[in-house]
Amino acid sequence: MAENSNPGAQPGSDAGGFDLTQFYGVFFEEAGENLANMESMLVEIDVDSVSDEELNAIFRVAHSIKGGAATFGFADVAELTHELETLLDRLRRNELKLRREMVDLLLEAGDVLKLLLARYQGSGEGRPDTAALVARVKQLATGHLSAVVGDGRRRVRVRVGPLAEPATADGLAELFRDIPSLGTLEPLDGGKAIEGYRTFKVRTNSPDEELIELFSFHVAREQVAITPFDAAPVRAGGPVVHEGEGFGFFVDPATLPAAQAAAQEARNAEPKPRAEKSQGGNLESSTLRVSVQKVDQLINLVGELVITQAMLTQQAKTLDPVQYQTLLAGVTDLERNTRSLQESVMSIRMIPMAFVFNRFPRMLRDLAARLGKDIELKTVGEATELDKGLIEKIIDPLTHLLRNSADHGIEAPAARSAAGKSPTGTITLSAAHQGGSILIEVRDDGAGLKRARILAKAKERGLAVRDEMSDAEVWALIWEPGFSTADQVSDVSGRGVGMDVVRKNIAALGGSVELDSAEGYGTRVSVRLPLTLAIMDGMSIRVGAETYILPLASVVESFQVESKTIQTIGSTGRVVRVREEYMPVVALDEVFSVPRDGSEAGCEIMVIVEAEGARTALLVDELLGQHQVVVKNLEANYRRVAGVSGATILGDGRVALIIDVASLVKRTRH
Amino acid sequence: MQSILAVDDSASMRQMVSFTLKGAGYNVIEAADGQEALEKARSQQVDLVLTDQNMPRMDGITLVKQLRAMHAFAATPMLILTTESSDEMKAKGRAAGATGWLVKPFDPAKLLDVVKRVIK
Repeated sequence: MAENSNPGAQPGSDAGGFDLTQFYGVFFEEAGENLANMESMLVEIDVDSVSDEELNAIFRVAHSIKGGAATFGFADVAELTHELETLLDRLRRNELKLRREMVDLLLEAGDVLKLLLARYQGSGEGRPDTAALVARVKQLATGHLSAVVGDGRRRVRVRVGPLAEPATADGLAELFRDIPSLGTLEPLDGGKAIEGYRTFKVRTNSPDEELIELFSFHVAREQVAITPFDAAPVRAGGPVVHEGEGFGFFVDPATLPAAQAAAQEARNAEPKPRAEKSQGGNLESSTLRVSVQKVDQLINLVGELVITQAMLTQQAKTLDPVQYQTLLAGVTDLERNTRSLQESVMSIRMIPMAFVFNRFPRMLRDLAARLGKDIELKTVGEATELDKGLIEKIIDPLTHLLRNSADHGIEAPAARSAAGKSPTGTITLSAAHQGGSILIEVRDDGAGLKRARILAKAKERGLAVRDEMSDAEVWALIWEPGFSTADQVSDVSGRGVGMDVVRKNIAALGGSVELDSAEGYGTRVSVRLPLTLAIMDGMSIRVGAETYILPLASVVESFQVESKTIQTIGSTGRVVRVREEYMPVVALDEVFSVPRDGSEAGCEIMVIVEAEGARTALLVDELLGQHQVVVKNLEANYRRVAGVSGATILGDGRVALIIDVASLVKRTRH
Repeated sequence: MQSILAVDDSASMRQMVSFTLKGAGYNVIEAADGQEALEKARSQQVDLVLTDQNMPRMDGITLVKQLRAMHAFAATPMLILTTESSDEMKAKGRAAGATGWLVKPFDPAKLLDVVKRVIK
């Protein structure tokens, strides 16, 4: 097939008048899945005890991609996969022994294939040079034949008989056992004599004469017949009767129905309108591929429905319950149904954590190799589901945490052995639902956080620390920007820009993260995330004539104070004393420029909120209640507003802004 | 209308074959591996079997063998789609009872041509 140097052109789009481009999408998706599959299989492989089934499965991946690539005209992909197929075929037939360098090369080839396919899909520039890779694969497939198997040995068929006592032929098997360099012997008859004859397949470097010499210890010379070994004994006639370009028949074409029915009008030549019956149309009967846009639109519509339903519920409250009994009952039903519908729809966006976890074995394998460490990755709870929007955003923070564990947590094998640990370190990645959140943990059995070093580093950086700080407080220092106790900054991690960004990213998702550690035993990082971003538990508050929503997860407590307990400190603002602590005060009416009614003179209602480990007290006029709100994106509908993270529509149709607690808390710290 | 059982573990290949055959007026029954094909064959009228060789669960040659053992399929034309046309493969195909083979990659026109020649 001609090489296509223009990445934009669609190869194979005109194959005899058929437009094949419509199948590209499915092919790319399928090839992508196949490559991901192949990668995980390769990463899991134990070179010393690989099963035939594993090799077969990997072979099928290469075979499948090759078939499609060749059919649809992606020549470079077809060429590379063809060589991989050859190598894998030899491996699965045990003609070659699997070595680690083959696994590495296969993984590399998989990466290159991903790039090549990405090019055809329009992303990625530059042509990866496949010529060198193809050559290396060829070399591994044909150059070195393992000394153990198939080393240029010839194959022969040995027929022994007629034997009075078929068991005497077993002596031949003994010969091969006792003399390993002789070769191998394999019964072709299932171990049983057929009419007094036994048949074997023999692989050997020894000439026929030598074999017969040896065999004569057990059977008479005249009873041995050695013939060259062909694939399957072909019986009736030659293998093929008629062959054309790229196809062939085992039967005489003259007997084929079409030839005999030549007189009949070829009604199939007329393209008929395709039957709409989807017999075999839906290939994967248990799943559907749906575009994310459609799902998001569905969720949006359901969100609107919830808002309308809430409005109706509220209006219904004003009606006379006796007079409107049926209507009210209907509204209650509506509320229940809408809630169910919402839960169902939200669950469409839920994706199992396996989607996130499955990239880590490969990453960790490469990382461990580079660091010279021996690391095993365990995953628990891959089936735990998380909203698609969150899943994508949790990947980077989790990646960073894993790299940290591998780089700083797990010690080198020698150090581990010296400490009485197994030289292989274990990192456990787990996910589980806990109430309305999902808890993701990264645990390692490494060296743990070193309290003394952290304290020393903190002092060095001028942070306020006390030697008697609790462990939890010491670990919390790690979140400070620029903090890193790594001796050298490796390109893996240790630049000190990591942990605070991780925490910020997780907070942006509405979640929190905690560290725990035991020196010498290991470290655990716990990430807690809400199950979904689209719905939130909120506390509504009134400031003047406006209603605002505070994320319930950020609210610590609320109470009333007398105005005089709020003290002004210099020019930096006001503080209030809560039990033993002084906390900054933020007056929401000032932040959002809302006129307050001065009716509550002398008494103030305060809501204490917490974000990123710091607390602030907010001044409000009234607490209105707690309820679930559907979060709407303000930026998409209006523009970005400082101090506001979103909006929702209340039951009465008005818009309530959702306060960005983290930004408010930050204001008070500067 | 004649029915063709198309078996291949690659969805894109199945789609292409299916589209091509349906466009020529055949009814197409799809299966992703030999096992599934066997199950579908038991309950439907099939005038031709097109099967890939390398598939999980049950490969093409085994499928052909199993189908041939069924009374209803003793004389049904069966074609094996394969990327290799070695003597070994041909011998195996013949021994299993296949009617013929088609080498991948093939273009849709050739597929139709060969199908026309063997289908009953």
